[in-house]
Amino acid sequence: MIKLRHNRVELALHELGDSKTGPALLLLHGLGERTPARPPAACAAWPGRVFGLDFTGHGDSSIPHGGGYTSEILMGDVDAALCHLGSATLLGRGLGAYIALLAAGARPKPVRGAILSDGPGLAGGSARPGTPLIPMPEPGAVTPPDPFALVELAADVRPPDYATSFVRQATQLSELERPISICTLERPDWLRALLEEPGVQECELADALRYYARPAKPR
Amino acid sequence: MTDTTITFPGARRPERTRRVDSHGVGIAVYEWGAPDARPLLLAHGGFDFAGTFDVFAPLLADAGWRVVSWDHRGHGDSDHTALYSWQADLRDALAVMDSVGREPMPIVAHSKGGGVCMQLTEARPHRVSRFANLDGMPSRWPHPDVAEHERTKLRDSELGGWLDWRRKAGTLARKPGTLDELAERRGRMNPRLSRDWLRYLVTIGARRDSDGWRWKIDPSMRFGGFGPWRPDWALERMRGFPVPLLGILGLIEEEMGWGTTPESIRPFLPRDARLVGFEDSGHFVHIEHPRRVADLVLEFLEAAA
Repeated sequence: MIKLRHNRVELALHELGDSKTGPALLLLHGLGERTPARPPAACAAWPGRVFGLDFTGHGDSSIPHGGGYTSEILMGDVDAALCHLGSATLLGRGLGAYIALLAAGARPKPVRGAILSDGPGLAGGSARPGTPLIPMPEPGAVTPPDPFALVELAADVRPPDYATSFVRQATQLSELERPISICTLERPDWLRALLEEPGVQECELADALRYYARPAKPR
Repeated sequence: MTDTTITFPGARRPERTRRVDSHGVGIAVYEWGAPDARPLLLAHGGFDFAGTFDVFAPLLADAGWRVVSWDHRGHGDSDHTALYSWQADLRDALAVMDSVGREPMPIVAHSKGGGVCMQLTEARPHRVSRFANLDGMPSRWPHPDVAEHERTKLRDSELGGWLDWRRKAGTLARKPGTLDELAERRGRMNPRLSRDWLRYLVTIGARRDSDGWRWKIDPSMRFGGFGPWRPDWALERMRGFPVPLLGILGLIEEEMGWGTTPESIRPFLPRDARLVGFEDSGHFVHIEHPRRVADLVLEFLEAAA
């Protein structure tokens, strides 16, 4: 396990595969999950190294006091991993899929493709806030995950035009022709909006992994 | 160590200080006025601290109120945390309110504190009696009209800049300086406030280390930022705001202000709301015109009785 620092949080980056060389694949878990002990079977054909990042408040990463989670902060977690790895293809489940999208838009060069797959926390809250509420953690919750992460990131507002702004950044600035791959059955509003955008492909997970495993051709 | 030799006309430090535990985060709470007087909550804005009410709060306290304010997490003497968010500020505000009492109480709030506490009121309408908002009324987002390729460049530098900042945020420390240097730095955010007032603020909002004064505010916090939040959402909900509302606007635009005009928000006001614009004030209405603002607020609060 590699320890990384994001502001005052210690993040756990796990190396999962046997390969010690080749392009990096970074797994991003779903809401409330942690990096799996072994890479998913679908990743067996990946020709390089496989890593998994535990988000703030999850798995072996530290749990801060008093909550305050946002998806943008978790995007910063991914950036800390990118800083260590140099570049990586992101494979996100649920919440991790949304974070992969944000990271692909914010760091369009080091993110060599973002694959969005089904998992907990894919939908987030809604396209716009509902009735104001003050999210409170479950008393006496078993940790990890941080109960604040569960309540705050489940209510995270995800406007479709906000999500598409990250796709456009990725598409215009990435070296890849199709930097975003959608492999989900669940299609919340923010994700449906991506389907209309250039640079987004709908495909099976294995096809997406094959696509990003190839060396990039200059555009 | 705090230098207490600097005074400012009318400024009075709180009579009582205490700490509230907000889910593991220590929040510094300050009170002016008699402990058994009617309580009201007084919330500061972003990058401020409760000590910026040292002139305004005593005016309310001397009129018979127990004025309870607090430093937001990361600000003043409250704990620095790993995470900051609007929701976390809401929870901290509720923790302070819980520490005061369960009966409905009025809230007076400036700038971002106004936004946070209006949302607190919407989420807990049975806990709030009246609301006075000091230049923190919801407003529209100014959307600059730029071409798509320019927008891409702007967003790239905004997002990349924010992430670059996050990479070093954990190692940053506030820059030390003399009391006058800190006052001058703050003057860039508060260009309309007097040098004497800014020097006074340094003695409360900064600490004196062996190499000089440093603002106490968490160096990992940063102006700006981005996210999915749209001010229009709060604006659209305002018509249904659950308690009587007084809005005071400082109409002179300045660095920390939001440029809200009475015309832009009047259509969204609840029917019985009162909106007062100060033509001769910037964003910090309660610092530029403490007596006038206090009189308006007191008249509004007493109208409930």
